[in-house]
Order: sequence, then structure tokens, then C-alpha cells
Amino acid sequence: MNAKVLTITSGKGGVGKTTTAANLAIALTSLGQKVVCIDTDIGLRNLDVVLGLENRIVYDLVDVVEGRCRLTQAMIRDRRFENLHLIPAAQTRDKTALAPDDMVRLCNELRPMADWIVIDSPAGIERGFRNALAPSDEVLVVTNPEVSSLRDADRIIGLVEAEEKGPVKLIINRINPAMVKRGDMLSAPDVVELLSIPLIGIVPEDEAVLVSTNHGHPVVLNEKSKAGTAFLNIGRRLMGEEVPWMSLNGNDGLFKRLGQLFNGGS
Amino acid sequence: MDIKGIKEGILISFDDLEWRYAKALLLEKISEKQDFFQGGKLVLSVGNAVLGTKALKELSETLSSHGITLHGVLGQSSVTQNAAQKMGLITKLEKPVIKPEMNLKPLDTVIEGESAVFVRKTLRSGYKVVYHGHVVVFGDVNPGAEIVATGSVIVWGRLRGTVHAGAEGDQSAVVCALDLSPTQLRIASKIATTPEDHAVPQPEIASIADGHIIAVPWQH
Repeated sequence: MNAKVLTITSGKGGVGKTTTAANLAIALTSLGQKVVCIDTDIGLRNLDVVLGLENRIVYDLVDVVEGRCRLTQAMIRDRRFENLHLIPAAQTRDKTALAPDDMVRLCNELRPMADWIVIDSPAGIERGFRNALAPSDEVLVVTNPEVSSLRDADRIIGLVEAEEKGPVKLIINRINPAMVKRGDMLSAPDVVELLSIPLIGIVPEDEAVLVSTNHGHPVVLNEKSKAGTAFLNIGRRLMGEEVPWMSLNGNDGLFKRLGQLFNGGS
Repeated sequence: MDIKGIKEGILISFDDLEWRYAKALLLEKISEKQDFFQGGKLVLSVGNAVLGTKALKELSETLSSHGITLHGVLGQSSVTQNAAQKMGLITKLEKPVIKPEMNLKPLDTVIEGESAVFVRKTLRSGYKVVYHGHVVVFGDVNPGAEIVATGSVIVWGRLRGTVHAGAEGDQSAVVCALDLSPTQLRIASKIATTPEDHAVPQPEIASIADGHIIAVPWQH
């Protein structure tokens, strides 16, 4: 095994990085992949909560880097999915406890043990983001169809390009088809036109996300949820599968258009 | 002693060196660089030295023994010139033929151009290009990106960021883009923003007219 390192980032906070990381990790696991998640948001850890693994934490990322435990001791195995592990962030330290080369070393050690390493990046463009980007093979930028989130996504993409990392792909999260239809929300083609990077997923706004997050039971496990299906589709696209764009609330026109945009374009 | 290649062969100038020293120096050089002189035709510039037929013959024979032909002797002395001519040596270098001057002025079709920087990428939020001269971007300029140029700015793409042309006061600077919708556009000390009701994207050129920045569609 030689894991691919997938960094989930956004620049702006609150757009759904952690939700995306958790759901993609589970999506990939359910597709038979071996996945290790790393939460690099030192001091504000969340991924353990979303994955419902908080009560199992003994050692964390900083403990590994500072040599207080072995790597495997900090890897929490998910009881629902034996191929899913989490290395949680430290809660009581800050991002200076970790350096980009620590992350590169750590991921190199992990690569033989998994198919995917999913890194949840903290918000911002400082040290924490650099840590999450350093070992990355592929970057997924999460954005909401909203101007400030888009601006930050653009900045992040610029920084990823400047670091010569990538490829960078885009996930548009929390899109509301009804609002798009009324012209009150940027549409997916609008977003893609501005950011001009390939799209790998569109996740509709869905109450089920919040409900499932609160239960530590990611939405991708809920087969009835459109958001869950969208995350699963992203997982399949990451595996190289061609998955048609799902229609949201009968809003076929838009997504047909998108499909054409991406089949014909990039 | 000065050695240079000319049309006739190798020209060696001794300036005002006394002949016997000059000759010694020449022979020394020749034996030093046998390969270089071998088979060559020599033209000697001897300055004021007075060389008779005998001296030249002797020299010619010495040179021949090294495989060198004495082709000419240039000197101010008439004795030297006569002696050389008798031996069939040239005493003057052929002057390059000067073509009659054309009365046509050359057409001024070579333009030096002005200093510019070419940016072949999309400028994303946080990127900044500052240049003393013109800036050409082949790509988009996204909101949050910034261009500052002392000259003009041309964007082959969408211009949505902030742009300042003529940053050192050049009022003749222009800004043009395929879609001119900057967050803020400055030319020299004038500032403009994109109107809210900005129409369908089209190529436009912004410049200062009557003290204001105006943007006009590019006419085919």
C-alpha cells in the first residue's frame, strides 16, 4: 500500500471542512479502502467529535511528533469500520507544536499502512494550513456558494499553486437548489467560473448533516440523505470512477449543464 | 607589434620600431607560432623604415624558408615603396569599395517597444503584481488580487480585482480587459469602481477623458 494524501482545506472557517473530511473518510472506507484521518487543527480539534471517537482518545498528533508514543498508539480505530483510523489533534497545545516537516515525516511513515490519508486542515492560511498542505498529494478545497467563502477559497488555491502542490479540486458545499433557482445564491457554474479549478463534488444543504454530526454518525451513513449521497459520489470520483452529477430537487437543468461543462471542458 | 587578419592575408604593423629590431621580433614570432604563419601571406607595415631591394629579397627568402609568402610592404619611404613594387609586392591595401550613397531614408519599421511584464496565469486573491512599466496578464484577475503598473494594464481574461495603471501619474495609461469589472480601477490619481448594473461582459478599454475615468467597449 502506498497511501495518497488528501488535504481538505478552505481558508474560511465553518464551510464544512471537518464534515467533508469525516464523510469522505467513511465514503472511501465503505468503498473498501483503508483510510487514516489526521486532524491538524491543534487546539480546536473537531474531527474526533464528528466521527464519534472523542471518548477513545489517549494519545494525539503532538504526542506522536514529540515522541511520547508510537504512531500506531495514536491511531484510533473506528469500531464501525475496521479500515478507518483517526489520529486526533491535541486539544491543549497550539499549532506551533507542529511543523510542516513533522507532517511530511508522519505521512511517510503512514503511507505503507493505508490507501488514503485524509488530512483535515484548520481554517486560515498560517502555520496550521501549511502543516496540512506539506505532505499533500491532492488538495480538496471546500467552499460555500457565498462571496466571502469564495474569496478565501481563491486565496487558498493561489497559495497551493504557489507551493506547487495539487492537483486542487473543488467541493461546493451547502448549495441550496431552490435559492439558486430564485437567483438568490451563486450557482455551481458561477463558482467554477471564478475559481477555475475542476469540480469534484456538489453537496446540497441538508438538515441531516447537522443531525448526524451531533450524533457523531456522519451523514454519508444515511442512505436517504442527498448530502450523504453527494459525499459518497465524491469518494467514488476520488477512486477514479465517473459518477454522473446527481439531480437535486428536480433541478435537472442546472446539473445537466454542469455535467456538460465538465465532460466537455476540463 | 600588431598582428591582424586582413583580406590580403596577415597584416603585421611595426609602427616606428627600428627595422632590425622589427625584423628580429618578426622572425621570433614566426618561429614561435610556426603553425599559425605556415602558408600565410604577409603584408608588413614598416612605417618609416628604409628598405632596399636587397633587404626585401633577403626577407622574402627568409620568410619563404618558413613557408610564408611576402605579399606586400607598406611604408612611407619612397625607397621602400619602389623596391617593393620592383619585386611585385603590393604597397597599398585595397580599400573597400564604397557604394554610392542611397538617397532613400530607411523605413522606420523596427520599434524598440516599452518595458512590460507578461503574467501567464490567473491572479487569485492575495496575489499582487507591481511593475515599473506595463503589465499584461494572460488569465483572470480575481477579486482580491492587485495590479500596480506605472504604465498600462492589459488583461486577456476577466479583470475583477483591483488595478492601478499610471501609478506614478501617467494620465495617458489605459486599462483594458475582455471583461472589465474591477473591484476598483485607478488611473494616475483618478479612482473608479464598476457600476452595479454592469452589462454583459464585453471587451472594454478604460482611460482618462475630461478628468474622469471612462470605459468604452472595444470596437471591432
